Amino acid sequence: MRRLGIVLLGVTALCALLASWIAPNPPDRRFPDLLYAPPTPIHVLDDHGVAPHAHAWRLVSRIERRFEEDATQRGPLLLLGTDAYGRDSFSRLLHGARPTLALALCATLVSTLIGAVIGGIAGYARGWVDAVLSRVSEFVLVLPAVYVALALRAVMPLVLPASEVFALLLAIFALLGWPIVARGVRAIVASEREREYAIAARSAGASAARILLRHLVPAAGGYLRTQATLLLPAFILAEATLSYVGLGFPDTTPTWGTMLQEASNVALLGDAPWSLAPAAAIFFVVLGVNLLVQGTGRAPVQLEP
Amino acid sequence: MIRFIARRLLFAVVLLMCTSSAALFLTRLAPGDVTAQLGPTASRTEIESTRVRFDLDRSPVSQWVVWAGRAVRLDFGDSFLYNRPVGPLVVRAAGNTAVLALAALAIATLVGISFGIMTGSRQGSHAATIVGDVSLVGVSLPPLLTSLVLVFFAARTGWLPPGGMVSAGSLDPSWAAWALDVAWHLPLPSLALSMPIAAVFERLQSQSMSEAVQQPFVVAAIARGVPRRDVILRHAWPVSLRPLCAVYGLVIGALLSGSFIVEYVTAWPGVGRLMYEALRARDIYLVAACAAMGACFLAIGTLAGDLLLAAADPRVRDEAE
Repeated sequence: MRRLGIVLLGVTALCALLASWIAPNPPDRRFPDLLYAPPTPIHVLDDHGVAPHAHAWRLVSRIERRFEEDATQRGPLLLLGTDAYGRDSFSRLLHGARPTLALALCATLVSTLIGAVIGGIAGYARGWVDAVLSRVSEFVLVLPAVYVALALRAVMPLVLPASEVFALLLAIFALLGWPIVARGVRAIVASEREREYAIAARSAGASAARILLRHLVPAAGGYLRTQATLLLPAFILAEATLSYVGLGFPDTTPTWGTMLQEASNVALLGDAPWSLAPAAAIFFVVLGVNLLVQGTGRAPVQLEP
Repeated sequence: MIRFIARRLLFAVVLLMCTSSAALFLTRLAPGDVTAQLGPTASRTEIESTRVRFDLDRSPVSQWVVWAGRAVRLDFGDSFLYNRPVGPLVVRAAGNTAVLALAALAIATLVGISFGIMTGSRQGSHAATIVGDVSLVGVSLPPLLTSLVLVFFAARTGWLPPGGMVSAGSLDPSWAAWALDVAWHLPLPSLALSMPIAAVFERLQSQSMSEAVQQPFVVAAIARGVPRRDVILRHAWPVSLRPLCAVYGLVIGALLSGSFIVEYVTAWPGVGRLMYEALRARDIYLVAACAAMGACFLAIGTLAGDLLLAAADPRVRDEAE
């Protein structure tokens, strides 16, 4: 089980890293005669022997989106068909893994870091500092994360370049993610600071920052790792949700969320199951993470979002 | 107990005021305002009169004072998008969301708990392993994915309507026909919303059940010759309910978050959809009212969760008193 999870995550990571090399077509190249084209069948043999290739699609009817194989010509390899602009969906899926996974990873790192620091300070300082930090994190925890993310994103200018969207979403996700981490770290640090090794460090004259960073926060290491594995799929989904409703990355940037917009047209979806490919990609990553967590003997219980 | 509920109510009021005020300020300070909806050809006087109507000519603070003053008299302002008071609009959408969320919660509870009892009490059997694997897949299928997949199947097979809450053709039907129509549209979104939650319930119930059946009193009951069925359902199950009731309060958050995307994908006219429209159009009073309604749901949910926990576990009842 656990191995399957590692394989799923590894393959996804490899696809994202090697996207430029393994994608059959550039992600933003348009085939003007191939709007909404279905996947091309792969032919393994040609006249001279084994040579995998795809035949070209010949447009039969633009309105009915009907295509015929033209056996005389070779055409572009379209494993998952094309989208509304005639761009190769498979290549976009590979390239889309990059912003989606990069954003989720960065957001996980940042919110784990902030959560560890704030939780550590709250647990170590106690008193009013702890009270204030705990109340703030509880308040953020109570709010339904999706709505807060939605509201925070929607009040910013709706059209932004991709790099600014990345930074904005990273900030929003970090803001929503840190309290989950901080609450647990606070509890661990508050109990660890009374243990002998922490008292020993204090009596040896170590500064508060040193005790916290060298002794107490590392004690929460295992907890931080599990929290990170729970946050990662949540952030992937949050990106997909926001981009799907048109509040995430701009359409020109391929991400799994923006690609899912193709599936929002019910009339087309019934005849084009391959437009659900980004959904499948998200599912495999989330499943991979859950299998990994399951392998460590913990039931995956994750409710947000 | 009364003090406990009173404290909860106070918390709910504070949450309500904080979220709706925060939503108001956020929308007000956001770039652009509702006059953008008038289009580029709107005249200057038209824009000015719209600004005055939505108090956008005041400073944000004085707008908040005016709005809060009206809100305590239950007048929450007008919506630009729908050109009518936001109160009835939001209440109606909230009713739709509540129907969806309650149906999903009922499905999740029924499916999750019954399978959880089964897998928890028969650890290691083939059936339990299969259900466990299925629910691991279910946990990895958030509402965004389930609703898209179900819409795909609905569009493909035509067994269920792929979206909406009522059919477009049925104008002004009788009450019974309307209810039947809604019931026909309900299964798809509620199933999409309930699947991941059912899986979480199943995992939790399975875990707590497998712990409960190892308790000495269960062993004692088996030794006395109590039938297996009764041991599981009458002795072990009530004890195993505590962790489940503890997440019920949290599930409300998940239902709300999930219902937004389900409403969006399946065109269910609920609060999530309304809030999305309002946010995009900067329809300021509608945003504030939707946020307030969301806070209401949250407060009711956590209160219901706490009451359930108290009902399931006598120790919690004692603490509260």
